[in-house]
Amino acid sequence: MNHRFIPKTYQERKEMLSEIGKSSIEELFSQIPQSLKMEKQLDIKGPMSELELTKHINTLASKNKIDDSTISFLGGGSYDHYIPSVIKHITSRSEFYTAYTPYQAEISQGVLQSIFEFQTMISRLTNMEVSNASMYDGATAAAEAMLMAKNKNKKGSVLISKAINPNYRKVLKTYASQLGIELEEIDFDSETGQTNIDGLESKLEGKIAGVVIQSPNYFGVIEEMEQIGEKLKDHKALFIAVVDPISLAVLKRPGDYHADIAVGEGQSLGIPQSYGGPYLGFFSTTQKLMRKMPGRVVGKTEDKDGNLGFVLTLQTREQHIRRDKATSNICSNQALCALAATVYMSTMGKQGLKEAATQSLQKAYYAKQKFTNIDGVTPLFTGPTFKEFALKLEKPEVIKELEKHNIYIGVSLENDYPELSSSIISAVTEKRTSEEIDETVKKWGEMA
Amino acid sequence: MNSTKTIFEKSKPGHVAYSLPKIDVEAKSADEILPKHLLADSEVNLPELSEGEVVRHFTELSTKSHGVDSGFYPLGSCTMKYNAKINEDIAQIPNFANLHPHMPERASQGALELQYNLQQHLAEITGMDAITLQPVAGAHGELTGIMLIDAYHKNKGNNKKTILVPDSAHGTNPATASMVGYDVVQVSSNERGLVDIDSLKEALNDDVAALMLTNPNTLGLFEEDILEIAELVHEVGGLLYYDGANTNAIMGISRPGDMGFDVVHLNLHKTFGTPHGGGGPGSGPVGVKEELVEFMPTPTVIQKNGQFKLDYNRPKTIGKVHSFYGNFGVNLKAYSYILALGGEGLKQVSEDAVLNANYLMERLKKHFTLPFDRVCMHEFVLSGKDLKDYGVKTLDIAKGLLDYGYHPPTVYFPLIVEEALMVEPTETESKETLDNFADTMAELVETSKNNNEQVLTAPHTTVVGRLDEAGAARKPVVVHEE
Repeated sequence: MNHRFIPKTYQERKEMLSEIGKSSIEELFSQIPQSLKMEKQLDIKGPMSELELTKHINTLASKNKIDDSTISFLGGGSYDHYIPSVIKHITSRSEFYTAYTPYQAEISQGVLQSIFEFQTMISRLTNMEVSNASMYDGATAAAEAMLMAKNKNKKGSVLISKAINPNYRKVLKTYASQLGIELEEIDFDSETGQTNIDGLESKLEGKIAGVVIQSPNYFGVIEEMEQIGEKLKDHKALFIAVVDPISLAVLKRPGDYHADIAVGEGQSLGIPQSYGGPYLGFFSTTQKLMRKMPGRVVGKTEDKDGNLGFVLTLQTREQHIRRDKATSNICSNQALCALAATVYMSTMGKQGLKEAATQSLQKAYYAKQKFTNIDGVTPLFTGPTFKEFALKLEKPEVIKELEKHNIYIGVSLENDYPELSSSIISAVTEKRTSEEIDETVKKWGEMA
Repeated sequence: MNSTKTIFEKSKPGHVAYSLPKIDVEAKSADEILPKHLLADSEVNLPELSEGEVVRHFTELSTKSHGVDSGFYPLGSCTMKYNAKINEDIAQIPNFANLHPHMPERASQGALELQYNLQQHLAEITGMDAITLQPVAGAHGELTGIMLIDAYHKNKGNNKKTILVPDSAHGTNPATASMVGYDVVQVSSNERGLVDIDSLKEALNDDVAALMLTNPNTLGLFEEDILEIAELVHEVGGLLYYDGANTNAIMGISRPGDMGFDVVHLNLHKTFGTPHGGGGPGSGPVGVKEELVEFMPTPTVIQKNGQFKLDYNRPKTIGKVHSFYGNFGVNLKAYSYILALGGEGLKQVSEDAVLNANYLMERLKKHFTLPFDRVCMHEFVLSGKDLKDYGVKTLDIAKGLLDYGYHPPTVYFPLIVEEALMVEPTETESKETLDNFADTMAELVETSKNNNEQVLTAPHTTVVGRLDEAGAARKPVVVHEE
């Protein structure tokens, strides 16, 4: 058949076959035993023209009930931050998106330099010394951090806060049970919503390789990271901080409180929500631990004439050289998402990131006040919050009722925390307007 | 001097590229809302540029990158085929791009239906019983697959400790197996480039949890004895794992599920034409046979009474391997690719991929050593060892190709071929492109023999010359210092 993706005619195929001394295409597949050859064609409809395809996909898209009038306070690991138009235009340049891993440095300087700039910006954001070229997402970045702590300390247990994102907790559990790591959970304070760090020192005795704390945590509550850092400062157990990158323009940064590894989800940095992926895990650590860091890293170097250039470096830790001794099996990562984040951080710049963070904080504060003024709605925790906060609802049925008005007030906590029944977390970014918040309050109030 | 200043060097205090609406709620300052000790003492030192300056910077960087749209990219094992433009438009449809992963099922039926359909199509292509779309890269799929195998054995009360990999395997195979705590035992290839059955028999015992294999293998050859291999592995209670990196050769022709494989991962960014993005995002779905379905990661998408649902009800699941449901945006493109071709087109893809590889192999074997001279599948491996007589290595040929606007083939892999050059033309290249490439390769060989200096000092036309990689690793500079 002739197809728009395949530049061949029947005649050309015949010519090529005859040049290699074959009379039919079947001869090229003669090494496949006859019994293994499919008798029927694959049961997949098509080929579709571009018009048919677009129509079919648009029909599917329209079954997702969102539009310009949707008001969403959904967060819980994916956030509706503003994405400057520039990002789409840069990441749509095909030299970037149709390239592969920059194995041939001389014709990949653009990709390599953008990764170097990403590493620098993430390091500055987290106030850590080094960063890698990205990981699959926030959860797998946390899992790799846990694995790195195990390998560094040659100890098999990791402490994790029960207040970290439950999806991260699940991924950590999956990795831990397979990688021979024992997870011990630290509970949270039912009043403040903060991780119970009293007695943390006593828990550290013995076999603990690392401690994983998220701030702001899943309930949106900011943890006392400095106190935790102090407790862990002279301890071999690695302090793994899971952080929201936007919050770091306002809140203390992992390097400020002696974190050994800072990881997180970079989706907020200019990447669409896309029903959960592709997202961007970031991973930064100290100079001292750099060679134990998983994933790819780009370094600066020179050619023989002294021209500056960039290459993939520290590859001796990687799977294609060390095989079964590799630090991790990570191979491809999220380079295009890292590029999007780099363009985002360049576009927002020092001032813009701070403004996005501050506005998120201010609007979340406003919404939290307004929501909790509604009858039957109370704050679930007393701890300080950034852009997300937990609410207890006397009438949880309003969640579905408001959906009918195209308003999504938050993510339910009950599935992941059975003890927190009828509770939700609501997220507010700089994109929400006072009008949207007020309208939500109005409709919600009528149902209360 | 061709290097581009970093964006940090271009930064000018006070320049802005962003715009946000003025705050429309009562603007309390951060320290009125939060306790002071939680707040940062300093600003994040991000660059400051105008919008035009940002765009020029990254546009300049793009001109220093080579993608499939720039030219031929025969990087073996990576399947660098043309990426259809319509897929980029589709991924940006607002109702997909703006869909929050916590949207209730009733409001995300379109996304769920698409994921469901894709699962069905991939099951059909691989001959497996069920597919999970959660893993987001090939290596992530491998990790998931080996975890599934581990869960399967543990559930049976078997404590198996070994995973076998051929000496030609991708490096991720042994790395993955050892990450999950297995001892890795290597199986040799025979003189025909296939798994050596005697070596396999020697390695097989009750301790073997799985054999990881790709078929066609990394030499581009079909493992003809696959049915016997499957039988031998299954006899000792082991499972057969399929590394899907090479699926581009067999779509609609032969299915891993019918060859006896129990677990399969696919690389949507290879076989199914989604862009590689400069190193990601990819997508690495995993398919399994019936007896492993209960261990699959949660959630998977199911259909019930005409509605699509996220199914979390799997008591024996290995758990989650990704925050949400995988790289939906990539899956969307793969789905679109599959429908653009249909069952008939996918088969044509594989036929033409194999035709192109054999044609190019035929032309190149006149100039390079062909260690396994027989019909290949979608890729083949050459050896540049004879050029050593002229002081030229495979790496030099690769660098020489850069001057002609080609991305070189994969070099020094698989490890079992001396001075290896692994070539994968893919089906999206025309005969003319292959001819031009073959002519260039012939010219490089001639130059190596007559004027090796030209090749040894290549590349000459790129923005930088050959870079000092050893120096970069010795004293790593991985962030920009002011």
